[in-house]
Amino acid sequence: MALTKIKTRPAEGATEILVLVNHPMETGQRVDPKTKEKIPAHFIQKLAIELNGKVIADVDMGVAISKDPLVAVKVKDAKSGDKVKVSWSDNKGEKGDAETDVTG
Amino acid sequence: MNSLDRRTFLKSALAGGIVTLAASAGLLKPTRVLAAAWPANAFEAKTADDALKALYGAAAPATSPAVTLKAPFQAENGAVVPITVSTSLPKVESIAILVKENPNPLVVKVAFTGAEGYFSARMKMGKTSDVVVVAKSGGKLYAASQQIKVTVGGCGG
Repeated sequence: MALTKIKTRPAEGATEILVLVNHPMETGQRVDPKTKEKIPAHFIQKLAIELNGKVIADVDMGVAISKDPLVAVKVKDAKSGDKVKVSWSDNKGEKGDAETDVTG
Repeated sequence: MNSLDRRTFLKSALAGGIVTLAASAGLLKPTRVLAAAWPANAFEAKTADDALKALYGAAAPATSPAVTLKAPFQAENGAVVPITVSTSLPKVESIAILVKENPNPLVVKVAFTGAEGYFSARMKMGKTSDVVVVAKSGGKLYAASQQIKVTVGGCGG
């Protein structure tokens, strides 16, 4: 199962929200060296980041995002103890999410 | 025509009717109402201009100093190229990243509904290419671009 992680860190008067998802991000263009067959595409398409239940960034991804995506956004008015959440879904209908509290 | 007997026809008509009814009553609403559907036509576009037209209805705008792109000039590994986009523009609605020489240039599009105009990720590059980032603010498009040299490609493994 894909592992989803979210954490926050202070960044110059704002809060940076970092998200890491363990996901193959298969492009559909790679060929399996053993079977000589194309490996079907398998990649995250939608990823949403929420602050206290409200979506603040809605990410549409293509196959060109690297394997195990690491994305970061910033938010100005987050306080310590605020809830941040990430949820994603891929082209095969798999989903994942994670949440944490804002620190510092 | 004979294979579709009266009973099956009535059943399927009834089932179809129920779905239509449910949809019109709002029962089949997508779970996340705010999130727009994944823009497949933009991600499948073969050129950066086509992708931008699918996203914004316009080709690449002129570059602006208000948009900053931070990425290496030379990437040792095309499979993992770090990129950070930031902008001093107010009320940034979205940021898109495109790699011109990739088979499908659009890498990512982020819509902001509360977060600052800042986005960082790692992307794949097939070969040396111009990278274009486009930010939308107040209904207008602003861009920045930079060439990234790739020594080992990231597509095709």
